[in-house]
Amino acid sequence: MASTNGRRQQRLHTLSVLVENRPGVLARVAGLFARRSFNIESLAVSTTDDPSISRMTIVVGGDDDTIEQITKQLNKLIDVIKVHDHTGEEIVERELALLKVNCSMEQRHYVIQLVEIFRASIVDVGASMLTIEITGSSDKIDALMELLRPFGISEVVRTGKVILSRGERST
Amino acid sequence: MSLSIQTQTVRGAEILVESLVRQGVEYVFGISGGAVIEVCDALYHYKGKIHFVLNRHEQGAAHMCDGFIRASGRPAVCMGTSGPGATNLITGIATAQMDSIPLIALTGQVPSYNIGRDAFQETDAFGLTMPIVKHSYAVRNPYDLPRIIQEGFHIAWTGRPGPVHIDLPRDVSRTPVDLSKVEFPETVQLRGYKPTVRGHPLMVRQAAELIMQAKKPILYIGGGVIASGAAEEVRQLAERCQIPVTYTLMAKGGFPDDHPLCTGMPGMHGTVCANFALHFSDLVICVGARFDDRVTGDLKEFAKGAKKIHIDIDPAEIGKNVKPDVPIVGDAKTVLRQLLELVGPRRHDEWLRQIDHWKAQFPLVYQKGDKIKPQYVMEVLAKVTGKNAIVVADVGQHQMWAAQYYPCHRPRQFLTTGGLGTMGYAFPASLGAKLACPDHLVIAVVGDGGFQMTMSELATAVVYNIPVKVVIINNFYLGMVKQWQDLFFGARYSGVDLEGNPDFAAIAEAFGAVGMRVTEEDDVEGVLRRAIEMEDKVVIVDVHVDPDEHCYPMIPSGRSVKDIIVHPLLREKVKKELERHAA
Repeated sequence: MASTNGRRQQRLHTLSVLVENRPGVLARVAGLFARRSFNIESLAVSTTDDPSISRMTIVVGGDDDTIEQITKQLNKLIDVIKVHDHTGEEIVERELALLKVNCSMEQRHYVIQLVEIFRASIVDVGASMLTIEITGSSDKIDALMELLRPFGISEVVRTGKVILSRGERST
Repeated sequence: MSLSIQTQTVRGAEILVESLVRQGVEYVFGISGGAVIEVCDALYHYKGKIHFVLNRHEQGAAHMCDGFIRASGRPAVCMGTSGPGATNLITGIATAQMDSIPLIALTGQVPSYNIGRDAFQETDAFGLTMPIVKHSYAVRNPYDLPRIIQEGFHIAWTGRPGPVHIDLPRDVSRTPVDLSKVEFPETVQLRGYKPTVRGHPLMVRQAAELIMQAKKPILYIGGGVIASGAAEEVRQLAERCQIPVTYTLMAKGGFPDDHPLCTGMPGMHGTVCANFALHFSDLVICVGARFDDRVTGDLKEFAKGAKKIHIDIDPAEIGKNVKPDVPIVGDAKTVLRQLLELVGPRRHDEWLRQIDHWKAQFPLVYQKGDKIKPQYVMEVLAKVTGKNAIVVADVGQHQMWAAQYYPCHRPRQFLTTGGLGTMGYAFPASLGAKLACPDHLVIAVVGDGGFQMTMSELATAVVYNIPVKVVIINNFYLGMVKQWQDLFFGARYSGVDLEGNPDFAAIAEAFGAVGMRVTEEDDVEGVLRRAIEMEDKVVIVDVHVDPDEHCYPMIPSGRSVKDIIVHPLLREKVKKELERHAA
């Protein structure tokens, strides 16, 4: 029915956006989000098997109307080839994070235990710190960070989520 | 490949201009400069194939280009050099973007090897225009130019039209090219751009059913009807199904004002009839319009009892402001033709009697007084031009009065900046319109504020002998803002008093145009007739009008038809009518 305030429920959506691999395309997409006050939670960009095409995986929050408008506005960009919202679909999702954790000699084995449980790995070791690499869903990374927080996390970098559809379906 | 001219050396600049000629461009409007000097040189070589009009400010060039396109539906290009040339074009590009006008804007850029070094007259024009264009190009190689121009024009003119910006570094335009390696493509390959033209058959059928069931339908048409050339289809649908029509400012002329089914313009300064008709309708058929806030006011109240069909070529417009019951993505003309195949004759005698009653009871009114009333000037203008001139309106009260009191009967007859509301638009745009349509009388209706923003184009008008007539509705104020301050800010005038206005007639004469001034009502008709009779002259008519006249009706920003403020003469009657319907 005609209404102006549709479904107002906020949730995170994962959009897979195929774009022409051209200068300015990231600025166009980012500018669109800024201009219309859409908030990007995370963004990952890289080329695909076709060097003329890049894939952007964008995680964005909003109600259904907002997401619909974002999708339409993205599709309006000439350099955008395809937009797909994967929310609620069967997908493989991964994010990579590097975490620098304060850690004395005595604490080290507690941290190593956690790293093993999470199938993460230690990629750098110092006298009073460890750098941990973890790959997985955003939730998994969040969980490890929660557990490491008591030791003191001095630096974090996360890639932003990347996804592919499960099975034969193309993303 | 061969060029359409003979020249010793072929540079990127010649490839550019050759590409423009192949697109059918007749005019380039702009200003020269260091970064476009090779382009200017190429335009010299192409004299006779393409006209280069030298404006006095790039904003004027962009509006002139815009006016040319709006009046004729033919392509044109505006140009500025790098840096300030580009920034001065911005207002004109944004104007075109808001009204979906396929303007092509060309800017020079510092040579590629200087980009990013803050070189003289360097600015990131590509980045600056990004939010206000349909698409843009930063050229890196002269051999790309034929493809870029072909794509740029295709993008600008198809789907929902819009401006395209091309930023051209100087090394690209000055590099000699090997003509044997240049290809001028006839088609474009754009995998991310395929506008939907035909409406989805299922949606069209649903729309037809709603139209056949409706008891109180109304057609609400917008600029898309003009862009797609769908005026005839709108008329057929309206007449066959006896549906009254309201048009947005952008669609004025898209349905004849004197047609019995025409209710006039809706919205903030629309007619009481159009606003009542929308409000009390049971079906709104929106064609190529975007439920703009100036039309809808409070979205929650807007036509809340009506189902809505939304036909638009831009999918992003559908559901942006109003969620339609039947969305149809497609070209207005094509979709209306599909609809016409499905709908049979209908009658809505009672609804049309209601519409006629509103029209008769609540017409546009004003009262004469000691000073000249601007509405009277518009009425006289319509009379002395036989309602047949191309009217180019600037922004403000006079724009609304022109829309209200100058009846139009064909598309592209009324040109104005509806979306951006750019003061200074009308005069240069009227010059473009006159160049495009030399056999038509072209009248620019401007305010004293807006005219001063681009009046330097008087030089362009005189030098190129573009005989437009400019009617200045001079109230010595920024009148629309003053009206708001009168109505909502206790007449605390702030930033609206245009004291120090020049003698516009004398300014016109100083540029070599003809200047006239009218201060008495009795002289209005005579002076306007005299101005129009001077067919080959640029004439400025400075009409001193009542500064305290307000533009009615008015629905305050963000409110609904229930809060409509009408002329004092009608206030009681409108109030009673609203109470009657509420009961």
